[in-house]
Amino acid sequence: MKIHEYQGKEIFRRYGVPTPRGVPAFSVEEAVRAAQKLGGKVWVVKAQIHAGGRGKGGGVKVAKSLDEVKARAKQILGMQLVTHQTGPQGQKVRRLLVEEGADIAKELYVGLVADRGTQRVVLMASSEGGMDIEEVAAKTPRKIHKVFVDPAAGLAEGEAREVARKIGIPDASLGQAAELLRNLYRCYWETDASLVEVNPLIVTRDGRVVALDAKLNFDDNALFRHADVVQLRDLDEEDPLEIEASKHDLSYISLDGNIGCMVNGAGLAMATMDTIKLYGGAPANFLDVGGGATAEKVTAAFKIMLSNRKVKAILVNIFGGIMKCDTIAAGVVAAAREVHLAVPLVVRMKGTNEELGKKILKDSGLPIISADNMAQAGQKVVAAIKKKKKKK
Amino acid sequence: MSILVDKNTRVMTQGITGKTGMFHTQASRAYAHGRECYVAGVNPKKAGEDFEGIPIFGTVRDAREKTGATVSVIYVPPPFAAAAIWEAVEADLDLAICITEGIPVRDMIEVRDRMRKQNRRTLLLGPNCPGVITPGELKIGIMPGHIHKKGRVGVVSRSGTLTYEAVAQLSELGIGQSSAVGIGGDPVNGLKHVDVLRLFNDDPGTDAVIMIGEIGGSDEETAAEWVKQHMRKPVVGFIAGVTAPPGKRMGHAGAIISGGKGTAQEKLAVMQACGMKVTRNPAEMGRLLKSVL
Repeated sequence: MKIHEYQGKEIFRRYGVPTPRGVPAFSVEEAVRAAQKLGGKVWVVKAQIHAGGRGKGGGVKVAKSLDEVKARAKQILGMQLVTHQTGPQGQKVRRLLVEEGADIAKELYVGLVADRGTQRVVLMASSEGGMDIEEVAAKTPRKIHKVFVDPAAGLAEGEAREVARKIGIPDASLGQAAELLRNLYRCYWETDASLVEVNPLIVTRDGRVVALDAKLNFDDNALFRHADVVQLRDLDEEDPLEIEASKHDLSYISLDGNIGCMVNGAGLAMATMDTIKLYGGAPANFLDVGGGATAEKVTAAFKIMLSNRKVKAILVNIFGGIMKCDTIAAGVVAAAREVHLAVPLVVRMKGTNEELGKKILKDSGLPIISADNMAQAGQKVVAAIKKKKKKK
Repeated sequence: MSILVDKNTRVMTQGITGKTGMFHTQASRAYAHGRECYVAGVNPKKAGEDFEGIPIFGTVRDAREKTGATVSVIYVPPPFAAAAIWEAVEADLDLAICITEGIPVRDMIEVRDRMRKQNRRTLLLGPNCPGVITPGELKIGIMPGHIHKKGRVGVVSRSGTLTYEAVAQLSELGIGQSSAVGIGGDPVNGLKHVDVLRLFNDDPGTDAVIMIGEIGGSDEETAAEWVKQHMRKPVVGFIAGVTAPPGKRMGHAGAIISGGKGTAQEKLAVMQACGMKVTRNPAEMGRLLKSVL
């Protein structure tokens, strides 16, 4: 789960990680009041969307008067902000963060994430702040310093100081920086985060170390013990279809193609998408109905797939190991009827009561195309779309 | 022959009284030698009771001492699953197989760290995995037993149904399996591809292996490098997720391309460079394996 920068900074402050003073705003008037409340002469108006790259996309602006704050807020609020993470359609800006301006002497990078190889949390820090860290990792990997943190001990004072020194924090600020890093690690660990990123972490001209940005993602599997984090969820930032799917305990991800697919199991679902591509088609989604797909779940899955208007055909691929094929077939037929299915449907089922399942599909009178294996399923669904196009 | 488990293995079920635990203990018990192999269940509140004749004990240690079970299968709900794994490790079992999906990563980091620091001998399979089956002998987990066929090909995979797909393709071609192992779809887990390949390499009952991976992490690359150096048997491979977009979790917690790393293309390239035969078509996994026998 992702949250906004201003929410992340509130969490940072609770853990003793210094941030600039700032106030969230949901309207232009609120933005001006926020600037008045903060005082000073320079403010930064920042678009709050979950995607990164906001600055480059024009979603972060400096203002040097209250009039300018107003103008900037007007400009950013409601805009369709396009960044390298939003896709070409962009993301609508509904919230702002107004912050006091910062006097930057140095821009650095620090991030925390679980490392699969060592099975520890890794702290990554770099002197190259403000840049795309993936680019730094690719071009100058020696500029990224890593600490694999002992989970029982946490980030030690010495380790934190050492890494702070390596990324170029001035001696006078090392103590402060080490404390910030240790607090940041504690924040990651205690909130069950899956990513904490500060880009940039800055050193001000008067030697203070401050988190100028805050990106926090959380481990979905641990949300049950963080009710406070769950409250920060912003549904406006999520794909409506993915939200609907999660209500039915379905794992759904929108993609760019036109073949909807419904599969049981994540690995098989990915493999099914790959098969579609292999035969010249493009999947419209990833959809894992899970092990115990009921008729209700299958119906919900069909509705979700079809509410994507790009979908021109559907492929169902079920490996009915423990689930019986006749049960699945009955679910598919009921769902197809309920949603008045108007696009070609290819079904491949495998497992217990396979023949019985195929008979149910055939007897339904619905134009369901049956496939015996994955290759055939992929070929048939791609062919079905081509055929339909020709008719037109 | 086989790896990890066979008909002489004695198994306990942790979480035997839950819906999932009951269902799969029944199904596993009905498979091959399951009736002799499943000897105990664990539930701290139901010690002294039984599940269809299988005695229930309050602790893993007690179950081990009273029945001789050295392998445990865990169906405990996510918030308590890491503690259940640790209990199996502390009781010094040979193998703990955790089926549970949805365990917080932090819990897994902690339990894996304790296992390493205390030099524990218990192997962990999973979590979020289908389990392991030695066809014709013993099934521990949630895979459908009937698609398997006894034989000499090893199967190792991160996913459930995709493993069944591979197994079914093999069985249809008349190729049986020595053991089929699901290592699970979570980012922090126990046995990895390379560990299972090592076991298959040493198993005189295995002639060739099919390794199925997916996007995320670098397990498959590590395994491929090991194959190049040490494997004396042919290994073929498939990686799911060529079409997966970066930055999105594809169902499994561990199936995510992050920072441009962990793509299917990258994995397939490394596997090929290490001398493995690979396919990009999941419908061809069985036939590919047949071509190296």
